[in-house]
Amino acid sequence: MIVAERKPFDEISDLLAGYDKVLTVGCKTCVAVCLAGGEKEAALLNKELMLARKVAGKPVETCAALVERQCDMEFLAELDDIVDQYDAIVSMACGAGVQFMAERYPTKPVLPGVNTTFIGVNRDVGWYEEKCRSCGNCLLGVTGGICPITMCAKSLMNGPCGGTNQTSCEINKDQPCAWYAIYQRLAGQDRLDNILKMTEIMDWRNNVPRTIVQPGYEQRKAAFSDK
Amino acid sequence: MAEFKSNSKLERILRAGHFAFTGELGPPRGSSVEHVREKAKPLKGNVDLVNITDNQTAMVRMSSWAASIIAKEEGLEPNYQMVCRDRNRLAMQGDILGAYAMGINNILCLSGDHMQFGDHPGAKGVFDVDSTQLIHMVKKMRDEGTFQGGAEIEEPPKMFIGGAANPFAEPFEWRVHRLAKKVAAGVDFIQTQCIFNMEKFRKWVAQANDMGLTEKVYILAGVTPMKSVGMAKYMKNRVPGMDVPDEIIKRLQGAEKGKVAEEGIKIACEQIEEFKEMKGIAGVHLMAIEWEHKVPEIAERAKVLPRPVV
Repeated sequence: MIVAERKPFDEISDLLAGYDKVLTVGCKTCVAVCLAGGEKEAALLNKELMLARKVAGKPVETCAALVERQCDMEFLAELDDIVDQYDAIVSMACGAGVQFMAERYPTKPVLPGVNTTFIGVNRDVGWYEEKCRSCGNCLLGVTGGICPITMCAKSLMNGPCGGTNQTSCEINKDQPCAWYAIYQRLAGQDRLDNILKMTEIMDWRNNVPRTIVQPGYEQRKAAFSDK
Repeated sequence: MAEFKSNSKLERILRAGHFAFTGELGPPRGSSVEHVREKAKPLKGNVDLVNITDNQTAMVRMSSWAASIIAKEEGLEPNYQMVCRDRNRLAMQGDILGAYAMGINNILCLSGDHMQFGDHPGAKGVFDVDSTQLIHMVKKMRDEGTFQGGAEIEEPPKMFIGGAANPFAEPFEWRVHRLAKKVAAGVDFIQTQCIFNMEKFRKWVAQANDMGLTEKVYILAGVTPMKSVGMAKYMKNRVPGMDVPDEIIKRLQGAEKGKVAEEGIKIACEQIEEFKEMKGIAGVHLMAIEWEHKVPEIAERAKVLPRPVV
């Protein structure tokens, strides 16, 4: 899932200076699971905002809404009827959701309520770890299911580097060395030959905004473009 | 005998079968040409090649290629260090062409210390290519005369290609395979991490010999004389990938007051003596960290002088 962190209150408060009617929209998917931008977090932000603005003598009217997935126009459309009543929208979704919301309501200021941090896993409640950089050229098949692009601090493809500290990464003793782990896992599966050959220079595909149109939908996309 | 791959002095020395002796020079954190010239003086005539470090420990310094040119003007043979942290493949290849155009014939391809170690921890690490891939890219530029992207190079840069090896870091059994990968990628010479754990180093070299790697690459053993007990402890505990056995620290602690640095040099000289006889070792890379002025004395006492003229 996509993992995000709530932005510091002061930063959100600064972004909202001058707006007196604010719609805060949570997202029910990834950011709700990681406790950053779901229903509860949207309500909590509104409470903080109202209190701070009341104390400052500049009261604000807020409303909290919740959308199934802000990365989906169909669900954003549910807000169409209420958006006009507000001066600004805070989207608690990931960066994709914020941008889609801003695209749907181009005349409204749409402001981010969270910092989108990474694609990761739910290790435990409140504990998430990054696992994927979406490089677009997955190496996991040869690296024992451990991503060197994400988990190695230098994204080495022929590691480990000389900074391996026992079994840790040179940046931090608490950070396991990805290549140590790759080596151990492949050795355990008798697949070390996977990494004995040099991995060629990467063809990075995440340098431009990427679009995927599955073959079955090409005509649909063409129809959209004609509109 | 096959043709020389480059105009490198180090290549000529190694090919002639001499035991190589190389040193290091860290560029200043400023633009002082004098600083580089001063540091170069004690190295001249005492080493065959001088590594010019590239923003080492992720601290900004005068660029390696510029300091390499100054070192060359001072009569040294520079080894242009290049780390993967700060450049993408476009900048790397451009700098390699420029360095070669300015008479630099040796390059050392490194990953580079992580940004987090230095004083710009928020810098974006590039790591477009890794050190093994960089070696391969430089070889392709030299031997095939093509850029990484495939286009032909007008006057390809004929670099003598170096790489690093850490024989100690875990997993130990992987280390020789990592060396093998660099050899397959096209490395000509290797300079190892500072060696303190001789027993482990002997094992690593034996493995490299058994795999036939030492017939394909020149290995220069890394030696760093310890200046103090504090330095030894710091290297043991704080420098990633460093293996400093307790015996070394005990031996330094056992030295008479005011004689610790002397003991450090003695240990280094004993190591060098062993490396001269060690099968698979073609020379020594002396990393006298911020101790360049001691290089003539160490070279003298290690009996590696005079340096061969080739």
